[in-house]
Amino acid sequence: MRIVVCIKQVPDTEELTKVKVNPVDNTIVREGIKNIINPFDENALEEALRIKEKNAASVTCISMGPPQAEDALRKALSMGVDEAILISDTCFAGSDTWATSYILSEAIKRLGDFDLIIAGKQAIDGDTAQVGPGIAEHLGIPQLTYVRKIEIKNGMIRAERALEDYFEVVEIKLPALITVTKEINEPRYPSLRNLLKAKKIKIPLWDNRFLNLAQDKIGLDGSPTRVIRTFTPGLPKKGEIIQGDIKEKADKIIEEIKKRNLLRWLQ
Amino acid sequence: MATIKIISDSCTGCEKCIPACPFSLIKLEEGKAHIMPGCTFCGACVEECPFDAILLEEEQKEVELSAFRGVWVFAEQREGEIMPATFELLAAGRKLADALVESLSVIFLGDAIDEKVDELKKYPVDRIFFVSHPLLAEYRTSFYTRVFVDLIREFKPDIILLAATSMGRDLAPRVAARLKTGLTADCTSLDIDKEKRCLVQTRPAFGGNIMASIVTPYHRPQMATVRPKVMRPMQPTSLSSAEVIKLQPDLRSEDELVKIVGKIKEETNVVDLQEAEIIISGGRGLGRPENFSLIRELADLLGGAVGASRAVVDAGWIPSYHQVGQTGKTVQPKLYIACGISGAIQHQVGMRSSDVIVAINKDPEAPIFNIATYGIVEDLNRFLPVLMEKLKNTSSGRS
Ligand SMILES: Cc1cc2nc3c(=O)[nH]c(=O)nc-3n(C[C@H](O)[C@H](O)[C@H](O)COP(=O)(O)OP(=O)(O)OC[C@H]3O[C@@H](n4cnc5c(N)ncnc54)[C@H](O)[C@@H]3O)c2cc1C
Ligand SMILES: Nc1ncnc2c1ncn2[C@@H]1O[C@H](COP(=O)(O)O)[C@@H](O)[C@H]1O
Repeated sequence: MRIVVCIKQVPDTEELTKVKVNPVDNTIVREGIKNIINPFDENALEEALRIKEKNAASVTCISMGPPQAEDALRKALSMGVDEAILISDTCFAGSDTWATSYILSEAIKRLGDFDLIIAGKQAIDGDTAQVGPGIAEHLGIPQLTYVRKIEIKNGMIRAERALEDYFEVVEIKLPALITVTKEINEPRYPSLRNLLKAKKIKIPLWDNRFLNLAQDKIGLDGSPTRVIRTFTPGLPKKGEIIQGDIKEKADKIIEEIKKRNLLRWLQ
Repeated sequence: MATIKIISDSCTGCEKCIPACPFSLIKLEEGKAHIMPGCTFCGACVEECPFDAILLEEEQKEVELSAFRGVWVFAEQREGEIMPATFELLAAGRKLADALVESLSVIFLGDAIDEKVDELKKYPVDRIFFVSHPLLAEYRTSFYTRVFVDLIREFKPDIILLAATSMGRDLAPRVAARLKTGLTADCTSLDIDKEKRCLVQTRPAFGGNIMASIVTPYHRPQMATVRPKVMRPMQPTSLSSAEVIKLQPDLRSEDELVKIVGKIKEETNVVDLQEAEIIISGGRGLGRPENFSLIRELADLLGGAVGASRAVVDAGWIPSYHQVGQTGKTVQPKLYIACGISGAIQHQVGMRSSDVIVAINKDPEAPIFNIATYGIVEDLNRFLPVLMEKLKNTSSGRS
């Protein structure tokens, strides 16, 4: 059994507030920002490794991004994936979710046969949740999004999908793509030994000389969407700390609730 | 599509183009100009270059854009009930259609729900495409994608809106990938650029730290999922003269790739956080799992939903679907009451767009107070009972 995990390198959560729009030229300032593996993608990696431990599977991890995305792949190697591949080329830059999922799907085709693709439910920088389903569509395989539990038996997956207010239990034949939520598992920490081992592994680079994809399907040219403006939103103003004794504070809150018509029965 | 190239042989590395770029996207690499991603093909550098070393090729339009007309709204149903977000999409869609002087259509997929079509007819829409089939009773990616794509190919809408729910966000990227068109996720505002007659989609990114406006210039339809509860719902008028187009697709159960074998409801009455107008959230400051009863009681009293920080979800005090924040849900209620929540950035990004935020925390230095409309520095175990008592007394008029 072969599992492919798609991971994305994103700015560290703590750093998200530091991502700013440069008011002069409208570009996004990312300098000096620490990067991590997208948190849900760590769950994707962990799930693949757990399946591997139970079912004699091999796990390949791919990431498309700038050269420093290699750090994310190295961490995946230290967690225990068998193989990591960096998909990087300046002509891939500027890809939107359509082009990204196209490039990733073409890379997966190059890998040969696979049974299961695991992605995160969404990436915390763009929060689009579009790349997983996009890859599945380009590969013509079924998808299960928002998976919080899977079992694999005889070429079938049984999964629980988290919907707004309940969980759906579904069965699907492999090959398939799933996107996972954080409830699915607790990602492992790599041991020091594995960290050191992973440092020495050479990570293959697949650029477009290798993948040979048509210009009009990759990068900015291959992207149906265009960002025309970015701006920093007005953040909520720091409000007031309500003074007084505990009863007065409660009164004040109720008064505000009334004033703003928040409760139909409290007018 | 437009392309821009530096003709290496002609470029002398004079750097004149660098300040000419309004987006600072040109730099010198190995003595030659290099255009970084993000170029909008404005041509400013081309005019500046003394050596004609920059080649801008204007786009050829990929599709005849004008063949695509009208606005479509995907009406989501679950167990036969139309989801409330649908009516928000209808209001947004009506505005866009009016701005373009085009029609508004509703796409409704399901099985044996003709009476719901009558409900939709009460709204000011022009057409209702009702696709009825037993295999469409419940949402399944493959059948819904197939039916939806067929409809789009046949009727060629200009704009399609779906709710950014678990269903909308499963279906929309699949449809957009198949049609090779643009899709913008989780939009919080939509406008028409009247001059270009295109949809301008605005959405938060980087945990809400940045807003981005996105267009789909050369592909149709223009697709967007819209965050629930941000737009006001459309009210019924009962005067609608919507034309109903009933269609029966040819679907076979052999093609069923995914089998739904069960549903798990871990709690009764779980209120969908993204739909709630009032949310009461509890964090580690509750001290003990049993104290969530305080939160639930207040939620009942106010008719709100129960939220939680990740710390208490991880501790197993409450199921994960209550979690608000970066790895939980993004919510935007009219009132958010955070009780015993420190307000870590990962929590904030999920709730800070709420209209009014009330924070109850005994630590005056808690970061939640930086974004709270009203801060209450108190022990929640003392404050919440007082608040509830007072609410009960004021609620005598409640029927
Ligand atoms: C990748 C990543 C993703 C994350 N995603 C999320 C997410 O989606 N959502 C989320 O919430 N967190 C998320 N977190 C965790 C986040 O960083 C915080 O750890 C978490 O939000 C803290 O929860 P808390 O406020 O309940 O607990 P604490 O930080 O422990 O805060 C408890 C607060 O309660 C107050 N308090 C204590 N006793 C009382 C009392 N008796 N009365 C009143 N106040 C009292 C304390 O002063 C304190 O401010 C994420 C973290 C990471 C690294
Ligand atoms: N550049 C990328 N390289 C590899 N995987 C990606 C990339 N972008 C997105 N993904 C995968 O797709 C998921 C959803 O991302 P997004 O659609 O950007 O929210 C992520 O959790 C990853 O698993």
